[in-house]
Formats: sequence, structure tokens, C-alpha cells
Amino acid sequence: MKRAPILRGFTLFYLLFLYSPILLLPIFAFNESKVMAFPLQGFTLTWFVEMASDQNLRNAAKNSLIIALSVATLSTVLGIFAARASVRYRFPGKAPLMSMIMLPLVLPEMIVAMALLVVLLSLNIPLSLFTVILGQVLICTPFAVAILTSAFQSLDRSLEEAALDLGETPWSTFRLIILPLVMPGIMASFLICFTISFDEFIIANFLGSGQPILSVYIFGQFRFPAKVPSMLALGTVLVCFSIILLGFAEYMRRRGIAKAGGKDSGGFL
Amino acid sequence: MAQTPGSEARTGLKLISPTAIYVILLLAVPLATVLIYSVMTGGRGIVAFPLTFENYAQLWSKSVYGYIMFKSLMVALAVTFITVMLAYPVAYFVSFHVKPERKSLWLFLITIPFWTSYIIRVSLWFVILGYDGLLDKALMALGIMDSQLNFASYGIPAIIFVLAHAYAPFAVLPIFVSLEKVDRSLLEAGQDLGESRWVTFLRVTLPLSMPGVIAAALIVFIPTVGDYVTPKLVGDGKEPMIANFIETQLLRLQNMPQGSAFAVASMLMVGIVSVIFVLLNRRFLGGSK
Repeated sequence: MKRAPILRGFTLFYLLFLYSPILLLPIFAFNESKVMAFPLQGFTLTWFVEMASDQNLRNAAKNSLIIALSVATLSTVLGIFAARASVRYRFPGKAPLMSMIMLPLVLPEMIVAMALLVVLLSLNIPLSLFTVILGQVLICTPFAVAILTSAFQSLDRSLEEAALDLGETPWSTFRLIILPLVMPGIMASFLICFTISFDEFIIANFLGSGQPILSVYIFGQFRFPAKVPSMLALGTVLVCFSIILLGFAEYMRRRGIAKAGGKDSGGFL
Repeated sequence: MAQTPGSEARTGLKLISPTAIYVILLLAVPLATVLIYSVMTGGRGIVAFPLTFENYAQLWSKSVYGYIMFKSLMVALAVTFITVMLAYPVAYFVSFHVKPERKSLWLFLITIPFWTSYIIRVSLWFVILGYDGLLDKALMALGIMDSQLNFASYGIPAIIFVLAHAYAPFAVLPIFVSLEKVDRSLLEAGQDLGESRWVTFLRVTLPLSMPGVIAAALIVFIPTVGDYVTPKLVGDGKEPMIANFIETQLLRLQNMPQGSAFAVASMLMVGIVSVIFVLLNRRFLGGSK
């Protein structure tokens, strides 16, 4: 490898730029002062206590967890169907159906949210956590399909044929051979969808009818300077949480590739 | 269990049907509804016949619609340009100057900020750049400014800055992937034939990595042009972009037909710009072969 000091310096500077607001989170979350300013005032856990005792926040977090778990489960299941069908079978209408499923990736999210909202309103369906789940599954399914497609692609088809030759039914082959092999992909898809849903704002805001949901709650609280420190504490917790989740997802993805005997070709996305 | 083509097609369709039905009911039908609403008459929460193109004529004649779209387009293009220009050297560094076994670690480091709460990142910029925020305090303490700069109130430049930060990691991955595909022996050949490293880069590496650059541009352009949170928070909400305007039309004014027409027109604009990006890419590939 040739040394490239300028490029290296630039990359490190770029990383610093990317991380700068996130690095400020823990610094000021543990700071005694109510305002974000240097020099730091002293170490405190007050903001974490305030965060933990905020009943509205706990409600919002509970709702977000319900939504994210449902969305991750549903999107991953829908993703398995679509990815398996597109990798393994040829059928009429495959290209248009797959592009329809992947469409939310290239549509501004606001359009997806508003189109769905317009229909829900005209059908007089009341907005609830359920409608948020319906909308977010649309956004998350393309990610699930992308991750699961690469998981199914790295499967050796002869394993499946061998199982069928040895008298297994298609369903038991799927359950006993294919499912365990793509399990890491399924886990990765679940975790990614969970993270996206947990973080999602537009659908949560417009299809949620004012129910407290974490992202919407955070958005509202940052307008009140007095609430900022406890939001920084919450941010610190959330950042740690998503780094752990992502580390786990990445580990799963690599184990999946190693299991199927493939070569690592970079991160997800 | 030999499969005939017919039974393969049936199994495939059966397998994809749950996902397909979900997407048709919750995405295709709503999009079609918006399309139909956009050619209907009415206002304040009602839609009615007869069908009309009046809503589209309104989009054309009232300058506010064109202004919002033009502004969103310019902001998104500026953000796209900045993120791609910043991401290219980073992707190049990771692809050409990092040991293969360390590459995933670098990519992981670059993508982590993208996966941490978008709302928190944008809100933090609002606190940092806002009135008497961290930036103002730092500038005043250093004696660079003697009163608050309040960069967050600067409207469009502040929106561009925050969006460029929010979507930065998106651009690195596609460029990295296309750089990884560049055949290293071509570069050696270029240099063996007496080209300088810079000329080799311009004539070999850059054209070959163009597909990644275009993909990166698209990945950044589409979400930024429809971003809702940043224009709402930064710039005091005085510079609404497409998403904010759709909200005003559909929810505040309850003007379903007009709002739908605006949404359809915005989708068309995004579609046209995306197609231009893709065509540019094809032209590039055609030219280099």
C-alpha cells in the first residue's frame, strides 16, 4: 500500500466532520450546565435521571419499541417471500413486481406518507400506531429484500436439490436446509429494519395521529432549551444502543457469508 | 421433483404474492389515488368531479409552486455536489490506500453516523448553529465575531450544510464499490506507458468509477429533495421545501386536488432528474468503451 498523507488526512478530517455532533452528545449529557457551552461545568447524572423519570418519554419509547419490533418482523417476513421468489424462481411479471416493491427506495418518503394518508383519511380509517406500522413496513421492506437477496444468492442450490432427492418435501427442505443457512441474513435484516423504523420520523409524525412516538417526541422537545440536556442524555443512550445493534448486525452478516463459503464484499447497503 | 416452467412460474408467483399484494394495496393504490385526485376539483377536504387539468395549470401559473420546486431542486443539487465531491477522495483512500482486511472496518466507521438517529443529528445542528449556540459561543470567545452569528437562521446555506452532513455517508459506499471494481492492472499499464499518476487517474480511474458517482448522486439527491425535518428546524422554517409545502397544501389547507397535483409534479421532477443522471451515466460508459 502506497502512503497517501493528504488523502489520509482528508479522510480523518471527514470522519471528524461526520462524528462531530455525535461526539458532542456524551460530552454535554454529563455536563452540569443547562446550556451547551465550553468550558464544561462538572460531571453529573442529573440529565439521565430526568430522562428516565419523564413519563411521556417512557410512553413514547414504549410505543416506538412496539412499532419497531412489529415493523422489523413484518418487513423481514415480506422480504423473505420476495427475495426467495426473485432469486430462485422465474415467473411472469417479476420485473415490474420487484420494482414496485423496491420503489420506496427512490420515492421521497413524504410522498409515500401523504399518498397513504390521503387513502386512510378518505376511507375514514383512524390513525394509530397500527397505521404507522403499515407505512413503515413499506419503507423497510426494500432494505430487507436487498439484504435477504444477497443471503439467498450465496446459497448453493445443489444442497436444496440433494435434500429434495433424499425425500424431503419443499417445505421441510426450506425449514431444515435453507432457513438455517440464511438465518444470519434474516437477523441482519431484522436489525436494520428495527433501526430504520426506530429512527423514522415522517411516517411516525403524519400517520401517528399525535400518539407519542420517540422520534416525534425528540423533534418536539429540542425546541425547548430547558429540555435539551435530557434530550442529549437520551441521544447518548440511543447512539450506544444503535452502535451495539449495528455491530451485532455486521457480525451476523459476516458469519452468514462465512457459513455459505462466500467472500466478504464490504458492508451492507 | 423436476419442475416444469409452468409450475416454476406458479410457485414463484405464489411466493411473491404476500409482498406483492401488500405493496399493491398500500403503495400502488395510494399513488394512483393521488394521481386521480390531482385531476379532480374541490378544496377544503373535499374532492369532486368533473375532472380537470386546472390544478396543473395553477402549478404553472402561480409562481410560488415553481419557486418551491426550483429551490428544492437547487438545494438538493448543491447538497449532492458537495457530498459527492467530499466522498470521492474518502472512497478513493479506502479503496486504494487501505489494506484489504481493514477496509470493512473503515466502511463501518463511515456508516455508523448514518445509522444513528437522524432526528437527533439534525436537532443537534439546530442547537449548535442556532442563536447563542455552541458555534456562536466559540466564535465570540475566539474574538472572531462580536455578536451572535446565528447561522441556523441563514435559511438556505444552513439547510444545505445540515443536509450535506446528514447524507454524507450515503455517497461513500457506491463510489467505493465502483472503485473496487477498477482493474488495477489497467493503472499499471497506464503508468508503464508513461502517463503520470494524475493523468492515469483522470483517464482511467475516474471514468471507470463514474457509475458509482452517479449512483451516489442519486442516493443523495432523492432523499434530500424530499427532506422534511431539516427545512422545518433549520432556517426557522422560513424556507419550506417540497415536503413542507405538500404538508401545508394537504393538511393545513386541506386542498387535496391542488396538493396532489403538486405531489405528482414533484415526483415527476425527481423522476426526470434521476433519468438525466442515469442517461449521463450511460453516455459516459458509451464514451469510454
